[in-house]
Amino acid sequence: MSLMWIPVLSLLGSLFAATTNKLSRTNAALAIAIFPVVALAIVLYHTASVLDGNVIRESVQWIPLLGINISFRLDGLALLFCLMILGIGLLIILYARYYLSSNDNMARFYTFLMLFMTAMLGIVLSNNVIQMWVFWELTSISSFLLISYWWHTSEARQGARMALTITGGGGLALLGGLILLGNIVGSYNLDDILNNGHIIKEHALYPVTLILILLGAFTKSAQFPFHFWLPHAMAAPTPVSAYLHSATMVKAGIFLLARFYPALSGTELWFAIVTLTGLTTLIVGAYVALFKHDLKGLLAYSTISHLGLITLLFGLDTELAAVAAIFHIINHATFKASLFMATGIIDHETGSRDMRKLNGLWKYLPYTATLAMVAAASMAGVPLLNGFLSKEMFFAETLHQHVLGSMSWLIPVLATLAGAFSVAYSMRFIHDVFFNGEPIGIKKDIHEPPRYMRVPVEVLVALCIIVGMFPNFAVDSILASASLAVVGDGSLPQYSLAIWHGLNLPLLMSFLAVTIGLLIYWQRKYLFQFNASLPEIDPKKAFLNGLDQIAALSEKIMFRMETGSLQRYIAWLLVTVLIFAGIPLFDMLELAGDQPLQPLDPHNVIGAGLLIVGAVATVICHRSRMTSLLMISIVGLMVSVAFTRFSAPDLALTQLTVEVVTIVLLMLALFFLPHRTPKESTSLRLVRDVGIASAVGVIIGSICYAIMTRPLNSISQFFVENAKIGGGGTNVVNVILVDFRGFDTLGEITVLGIAALGIYKLLLNLPLFMPASDGEGRPWAIERYPMLLASISQALLPLALMVSVYIFLRGHNLPGGGFIAGLVTAIAMILQYIARGSDWIYARLDINYRKIIASGIAIAFVTGIGSWFFDRPFLTSWFDYFDIPFIGKIELASAIAFDLGVYLTVVGATLMILASLGKLTLASQHKEPK
Amino acid sequence: MEVLYATCVGVLFACGVFLILRARTFPVVLGLTMMSYGVNLFLFASGRIHSNKAAVLGESAQYADPLPQALVLTAIVIGFAMTAFVVILAIRARADLGHDHVHARFPKIKGKE
Repeated sequence: MSLMWIPVLSLLGSLFAATTNKLSRTNAALAIAIFPVVALAIVLYHTASVLDGNVIRESVQWIPLLGINISFRLDGLALLFCLMILGIGLLIILYARYYLSSNDNMARFYTFLMLFMTAMLGIVLSNNVIQMWVFWELTSISSFLLISYWWHTSEARQGARMALTITGGGGLALLGGLILLGNIVGSYNLDDILNNGHIIKEHALYPVTLILILLGAFTKSAQFPFHFWLPHAMAAPTPVSAYLHSATMVKAGIFLLARFYPALSGTELWFAIVTLTGLTTLIVGAYVALFKHDLKGLLAYSTISHLGLITLLFGLDTELAAVAAIFHIINHATFKASLFMATGIIDHETGSRDMRKLNGLWKYLPYTATLAMVAAASMAGVPLLNGFLSKEMFFAETLHQHVLGSMSWLIPVLATLAGAFSVAYSMRFIHDVFFNGEPIGIKKDIHEPPRYMRVPVEVLVALCIIVGMFPNFAVDSILASASLAVVGDGSLPQYSLAIWHGLNLPLLMSFLAVTIGLLIYWQRKYLFQFNASLPEIDPKKAFLNGLDQIAALSEKIMFRMETGSLQRYIAWLLVTVLIFAGIPLFDMLELAGDQPLQPLDPHNVIGAGLLIVGAVATVICHRSRMTSLLMISIVGLMVSVAFTRFSAPDLALTQLTVEVVTIVLLMLALFFLPHRTPKESTSLRLVRDVGIASAVGVIIGSICYAIMTRPLNSISQFFVENAKIGGGGTNVVNVILVDFRGFDTLGEITVLGIAALGIYKLLLNLPLFMPASDGEGRPWAIERYPMLLASISQALLPLALMVSVYIFLRGHNLPGGGFIAGLVTAIAMILQYIARGSDWIYARLDINYRKIIASGIAIAFVTGIGSWFFDRPFLTSWFDYFDIPFIGKIELASAIAFDLGVYLTVVGATLMILASLGKLTLASQHKEPK
Repeated sequence: MEVLYATCVGVLFACGVFLILRARTFPVVLGLTMMSYGVNLFLFASGRIHSNKAAVLGESAQYADPLPQALVLTAIVIGFAMTAFVVILAIRARADLGHDHVHARFPKIKGKE
């Protein structure tokens, strides 16, 4: 059975869960549970083989060039985590069915829960570190979604955001670390990384890599000083806390330590960072837990403390430390998840989690109380329970390490102290909640939860007892297998899981911890007073302050950069362009190339003179907008003359027709805009603008000159040679447009159509801003439509249309084609609009230009698709010659259909732009009183 | 000849840039149009300038480079679409905002929250 199915099944479960809104809650839970059950079956199927020491691998190529594959790997460590994730996950599914009320959206909850399960399975099974990281991020996201499940409360939203920020930030660091790791080893494959530990540790980048990866692990596993997100994540529903924030997700960081233990551990740096972080977290967590009045708060800090303990174990330099760490991972998951569930039951039945109110629940919930007390005793490390065994191993390991040199004796002392606090808060959990008087301010009809809500707790507590009493039978094989994967050198040191090792120091430490712990709890009043006198340190406040400061800083930068001034943006843009375009020019030795210059001829000089005069006049007259518009039309005209002069008849025709349409459009636009530009620019700004403008002109002109004086190395020879034989036309420019580069043209007309539609949309429901007179205050002419123009334009229309048909048809062989023909048709129509007004046209010709645009693009597209039917690539053109009686031999090419599409799009777009704007003047006239 | 051509391109760019830097929408539109002329001539020049060599087969012995011409042809049409869009945007902006200034900063939001 394929390993890949394990996460895939879980993902399918997530998708399925999203559809279970209609099912009853029990049926939904049962149906969803099928997916992890099957996944668990696959894991169990492989178990025997893995326990025998095999590693199962599977790989599918993903991005082979980057060395990124989808690959999975099941070894002892992954097996242990898979069993925990799936096993506890199933218990959580059952528990959540009873925990959530009928007001909660079960489908959403299970969808997120299964998504999280997928992510966790992905992390532990990945054999590629980048893939592992993707799943890692997915746990952060699904955890965010689960914490914010009750998004209507602000605690949930804030807690979720904080968790995402911290773990997401850690994820970023982790990605950096993993990429470095991949670069050092030369592979992202986990097997390769684990086999090359010595290379990694000797590499110069090892410290950076290690710190980045540890940042990822420590943020995820809530290690000091990143621990503060975990208590706030307790705003999540309790099943989530039990699953994510005690048994699995927070263990992902621990898993990372274990996973990379063979590759990264063993150095001074590793011992120093991991040991000190673990030790600090262990003590801080244990101390703070005692003072939390919220049950889940107590458990959260206790979790932090236990995670610290496991981290500390990974940081100790003794042989068995890693084994003890793995053992404690198992034990902590069982007792802490059951405690969370018990808390959930208490919360569910009493409506409170406040230990100041909750007292004497033994009377009401004897069964739950028994289960919780066993689990809490295991947390405290009471003999015959699993927590005792791993804590004993932990104490033993602290005695053998030499991490802190001559001060190493501090670690067992501090460990004992933390153990004492752990006993104290466990005692508080038991005594304060189940005894210690009567409940305060809580409804009295407290009763035991539904039968099946207790089952998950029973299962986990039973595990605590079984492991505690018969450790060899219960966990030896899986522990050995997982530890072997962590230690990584093929053999495990001798260890014994026996309950009784004789009278030795670790036992004494346990005894001391219990005694001191009970003492602390007994005298807690003084400790509480002392703690209350401490200045309150609220990491949440610091976190929020930090966020605010970052936001304020970015706002400041944004306001500085984003002033909303188009002028400033463009100026900056141009200056940047100047710098980048100018620098290479200064590096060039000679601006002029080696090509000989062509001689000046008088026609060209006159044309250029007119162009320059027109351009400068446009600028000078720009305050009087109509004048400058007339001036710019000279420029446009001269540009089309230039195209004629320099062997580009198609361009000349296009430029000429576009020029007409543009000027008409701009004149029409001026109707809606002020006719004069006020004098606003300061002299300084004028100087600046003239400076930038001249610099741009000089640079661009120089580049243009430099290009023209260098030899031409064009690919166009191909087009010239193949235009006739391949495209069936002699006008090479047109053949390029409709055939060689037909795909580009299809894109262009689509853009044209989109622009026209955008304009149509912009003009819809336009609040009108209509002047009753022109800029100088003169009223509009009484005669709107001069008779002369109307008659002439009407007579010209058929002629103009015929010309456009002619230009269209000859386009393939002589200057012309769809673009130009379309513009000619459009101009002929626009002239009718000008001469007769929109009313007149609409009465006679009600054309939906949007449909014309659509049909044009569709025709062009369908022509392109047509070549598929002949097994040719998209837009391959076809042509042949036919003998038609009376007419003679003519050529038919499929390109003409494509050109027809171009034609229709151009006509439709141009007319739609102008007619939409023209129609506005119509609407306004109707509104005018005169 | 090349010097004159390059000068024209430079002047078009300079005038276009100056107009684009104005504070009102209409001169900016004119500036864009002017710059489009410049860009088109610039692109066209990458095929070099020749007289009487239109790229129509059989019409002359040598042909001007047809590729820049094809590119410029579509550029002219797209340039028109862009000019049209910008000018309509200007009309819309004037109708919605009541002025035709390009500066879009709204008064700073005071006393956030």
